Amino acid sequence: MESGFLREWHVRPGDRINRGDIIAEVETQKGIIEIEVFDEGIVGELLLKIDEKVPVGMLMTYILTPDEAKAGIQSTSSRKKAESVPSKLVREEVPTIPAHHVRASPLARKIAAEKGVDLSALKGSGPDGAITREDVEKSEPVVAAGKSKTENVRMAVAAAMSKSNREIPHYYLQTKVDMSNSMTWLSEENKKRSVKDRLLPVVLYIKSVAMALKEVTDLNAWWDNGLQRKSDIHIGFVISLRTGGVIVPAVHDADKKSLDDIMKSLSDIIPRARALKLRSSELADSTISLTSLGEGAVETVFGVIYPPQVALVGFGGVVEEPWAERGMVGTRPVLTVSLSADHRATDGNIGNQFLTAVKKYLKQPGLL
Amino acid sequence: MTEDEIKKIIFQLLKNIAPDMEPEKLKPTDNIRQTLMIDSFDYLQFIVGLDEALDIETPEEDYGRIQTLQDLKKYILEMKI
Repeated sequence: MESGFLREWHVRPGDRINRGDIIAEVETQKGIIEIEVFDEGIVGELLLKIDEKVPVGMLMTYILTPDEAKAGIQSTSSRKKAESVPSKLVREEVPTIPAHHVRASPLARKIAAEKGVDLSALKGSGPDGAITREDVEKSEPVVAAGKSKTENVRMAVAAAMSKSNREIPHYYLQTKVDMSNSMTWLSEENKKRSVKDRLLPVVLYIKSVAMALKEVTDLNAWWDNGLQRKSDIHIGFVISLRTGGVIVPAVHDADKKSLDDIMKSLSDIIPRARALKLRSSELADSTISLTSLGEGAVETVFGVIYPPQVALVGFGGVVEEPWAERGMVGTRPVLTVSLSADHRATDGNIGNQFLTAVKKYLKQPGLL
Repeated sequence: MTEDEIKKIIFQLLKNIAPDMEPEKLKPTDNIRQTLMIDSFDYLQFIVGLDEALDIETPEEDYGRIQTLQDLKKYILEMKI
């Protein structure tokens, strides 16, 4: 994703804003994204008009101190004043997904730019699949805002996954967990609760991953010219859209949240993700991703990492299986947890430690 | 409450959680969750909806009894008697 279109301002110059306030809505490939601010102050001049194109990182407005605002608004050259003071800037903070590396002739690129054709969406007929002038001339122009939201999500997933497969040397590990304790604990817990306060198994998965990341910190990171460990644990939760594609909003600070708070976060983000209405921080902050396939027949996920993250944890369906323990064989509800990790960032030993920790928490839900 | 009224409420609740699907096209014996691609989160919203609309607190152990339209209607009628 490289740009979006400003659809709505929620503030006017002179408005007082606080950290976390939504100041605008930008339509992107991932749907409408609400732009949050991370400081407090007074809104300065709005530098963009409705429906204007917003490249990622574009300056949208200034956040002024009360004194600056007073001076700026009273002055006729308010813009200069606003720029000359050391104000904090508001920029669109949306994760950048670079376009595919496409082979195309310079002439094809020039015509594509003039026609508004997205080269990454074309199949080249030239040598080694290079895009030729004819390919571009035959194609239809693609206007991001004119595409359906579903197609935009599909293209965003395509770009991120292509980049991942191209750049990240994945390694995969898996372990099986006897879920008897957790399932019994959850069902007893839910019996005590009213329908709307019930917990889903995925809440245990999210908290177990967050707790395990506190022990094995190397997987809670981004790869950006080296391993950049993150101090906060924001778990990107993969939500599949019925119309196709996935969207991965963050459950912020999952390690610090109770199981109930994680359930509340999900109840907040899932409907908004389905409506393609998420905040910028929810799409940009994740430090790891988690996908749960739910109750289907599939046991194991061999996931593709969402760059720049370095790991993805997959949960299959819980299946009843024969299980040997202390010389006895019985049946158990069994969950397969898998890890896809970036071999540039970590090795199998770290992955092993992480999955062992996840297993420990899933077997003892009382620890969560 | 008639069967038709129950059906109407079920369709409305399903439409709320899966606006892009067409619950009216469900056959009586289709598995509702599989046919409408309803995940565990949306299913819980549906159970919450049943509670709010019909005052039925479906316990988790009964989830297996309400997988098709036919079974769900039967279940609701039983609970409302």
